[in-house]
Amino acid sequence: MREILSRLLATGGRLRSAVSRDESDGDQLATDGGATVKTTRRDSLRNSLPVEWELIESAPFWLPPVLFAGFFVYGAIAWNFLLSLTDYSGLGGAQYENLDFSMYTRMLNDGAFWQAAQNTVVLLVVFTVLCLALGLFVAILIDQQIRFENTFRTIYLLPMSLSFVVTATMWAWVYNARNGVLNQFFRLFNLEGAIVGLLRPAGVNAEVIQWLSWNTTALAAVIFALIWQFSGYAMVVFLAGLRAIPTEHYEAARVDGASTVRMYARVIIPQLRASAVSASVVLMVFALKAFDFIYALRGSQPGSNMDILATMMYRVAFDSTQWAYGSAVAIVLFALALLVIGPYLYSEYRRGEL
Amino acid sequence: MSISDGNFIDKLRSTENSRIGLYALLLAGIVFYLFPVETAVMTMFKTESAFARTLPFAPPGADGFTLDALATAWNTLRPGLVNSLLMAIPATIMSALLGSLTAYGLTTISWRGQVGVVVLIIAGIFIPYQAVLVPLSQFWFRVLPGLLEGFINTVFGLITGGNWQYPSRNGYVQLLQLSVTHAAYGIPICTLLFRSYYQSISDEMIEAARLDGASAFSIYRNIILPLSLPMFAVTLIYQFTQVYNDLLFALVLVNEPGSQVATQRLAALTGGVVQSFNTTMAGAIVAALPTLLVYIVFGEQFAKGVAGE
Repeated sequence: MREILSRLLATGGRLRSAVSRDESDGDQLATDGGATVKTTRRDSLRNSLPVEWELIESAPFWLPPVLFAGFFVYGAIAWNFLLSLTDYSGLGGAQYENLDFSMYTRMLNDGAFWQAAQNTVVLLVVFTVLCLALGLFVAILIDQQIRFENTFRTIYLLPMSLSFVVTATMWAWVYNARNGVLNQFFRLFNLEGAIVGLLRPAGVNAEVIQWLSWNTTALAAVIFALIWQFSGYAMVVFLAGLRAIPTEHYEAARVDGASTVRMYARVIIPQLRASAVSASVVLMVFALKAFDFIYALRGSQPGSNMDILATMMYRVAFDSTQWAYGSAVAIVLFALALLVIGPYLYSEYRRGEL
Repeated sequence: MSISDGNFIDKLRSTENSRIGLYALLLAGIVFYLFPVETAVMTMFKTESAFARTLPFAPPGADGFTLDALATAWNTLRPGLVNSLLMAIPATIMSALLGSLTAYGLTTISWRGQVGVVVLIIAGIFIPYQAVLVPLSQFWFRVLPGLLEGFINTVFGLITGGNWQYPSRNGYVQLLQLSVTHAAYGIPICTLLFRSYYQSISDEMIEAARLDGASAFSIYRNIILPLSLPMFAVTLIYQFTQVYNDLLFALVLVNEPGSQVATQRLAALTGGVVQSFNTTMAGAIVAALPTLLVYIVFGEQFAKGVAGE
C-alpha cells in the first residue's frame, strides 16, 4: 500500500517537475524580462483550468479536515436551528413537518430565560472588563525587568491549565460557609459579622456568609473565581503587546518628563488596543462557555441567581428532554457569540490580518 | 522622577525600596493565584475532624494527617483518568495533524478566496458548544446508528441476519465517539495556531523547492513538517489540556458509568450529597495531575498556545 502511494506521489512529482522545468527553461532564456516570461507561461498553462491550480493542488490538504470540522460545526448549527423550529421533546425522534417559531415565543415569555440571559450578560461584561484590568496590571508588573520572570508568569498562568471542574471544586471549598478559607480569613479580622450585615439578602437568617447561595453574592462569587482562572490569559496577551512596543516610545515619554503612570496611560496603554480587543473576544467566549464551572459547582440546577444561558440550555434539553426548546436557547447563545466575534473577524479581515 | 512624585509605580521603578514594593506585589500575586490550589493540597491530607478544626491553608499536623481521602479519590477517579487519556490522546493527535495539513493548504499554498475558508475556520473556534449539543447527541445516538444498521444489515444481511445493532451502549464506542467529536472541534484552533506559524516561514525555501519540481506533498513532508515540530509541541500541549479538561461533551456523549472520563467522575464526587472536602480536594488534585504535569514540564509551550503564537 505504502509503495503504491509513494510511487503515485513520485509520478505526480515527475509530472510537476516537467512543468517546472519548462518554466525554468523560460527563466534561462529570458534575461531582463525573465519574470514576465515566467508568469505568462505559468498563466497560459493554468488558465486552461476552470479554477486556480493552487486551489486544486492544496485541496487534498485542507478540504477533508474542513469538511470534517465543518460538518460538526456548521452542519450541527444548521441542524440545531432546524430542531429549534420543531416541537421535538421526549424520547422519540424529531418530526420536521410543522416548523414554526413557537419555541422562540415561549422563550420570550419565560422568566427563567430572561433571568439567565441577564446573568449571562452581567457575567460576560463584568468578567471581561475586570479580567482585562487585572491582566494588564499584572503584565505591567511583569514587564519591569524583574528577576524570575518566567517563574512568576508560569505561576500566574497556572489556573488556566486546570479544568473548570477542578477549579470549581477548589472554589467550592474556598467559599464554604463554615470552614472555607475566605470566611476564616474574614473571621480572623472579626469582619464576618459586618459582611453578613452588609450582604445578607432580605429575609435570610444566617450568621455566616453563604457566598454561593445568596442572591447578592452568588454571581459575583462565580465571576471572581473565573477572573482568578483567566486573568493569567489576559496577562500573557498584554505582555506580548507590551513587548512589541519599541523601547523608543518609553524613552521619548521619559525625555518629555512624563511620570510612569502618565507614560503608561498616554503612551503605552493606547498601543495595546489590538491586544485588548483579541483578549476580550476570547474572554467573552470563555464567559459564554462557563457552563462547566457552574455545573461542577451547583449541578444543572444552579438556581436563578447563578443560572446562565449555557446551563439553562443543558437543563432544558438534557434533563427535561425538551430538545426543541433547548435548541432555541442554544441559538440565542450562538447569536450572542456571533455578536462578539462577527465584528472582530470583520475588522481583522479589513486590516488584512486573517 | 524623584520619590516625591508621590505616585507609587514611579517609586517602584526608581529606588531600591520600590523594587522591594514591586516584588511584594508580585509575591502577593503568587498568593492570589495559588491559594485555592494550596488549600486543596493541604486539605486532601487531613482527616474529617482536622479539616473542620484547622485553618484550610495550614498543614494537617501529626494527629490530623491521613492518606485515606487521597486513596478514596484515587480509587474513584482512576478509571476516569484512564478513559480520559484513552479519549484525549488520539483526539489531540488527530486535531494537531489535521490542523497542520489544513493550515498548510490554506497558508503556504495561496489561492484566491482562501480567506473565506479561513474565516469559517476561525469562527469555528468561538462557537458556544451548546449550539451543537442536541444535534451531536442526535447524530451519535440516533442518526449514525440508524444509517450503519441499515447499511450493514442490507449489505451483509446474510451474515447478520438483518438484526445487527450498533453498539451505542458499549463504553469504548462512547469514548470513540467522544474522541472523534473532540478531534473535529479541535481542528479550528489547531489550524489557527499552525497558520500563524506558517505565515512566518520564509517563502524562499518553498519557492526553490517548487522550482526544483517538488510536489505539494513532498514540500509538506520534507520542509514544512520538520519545521513544524516546535509548533506541534505547542499545539499538542494546548489541545490536550483543552480536551482533557472538558466536561460538557462527555456529559452528553458518555452515559455508561464505566466509560466516564475524569472530569465527569470529579463532578459526581463534588456534587455528592455528603461534602467531605478532604476527598473532593484530593479528587480535584488527582484529576488535575495530568494537565498539571504537562503544564509544569511544558509551561512555555502552553503559554504560546494560549497566546495563539
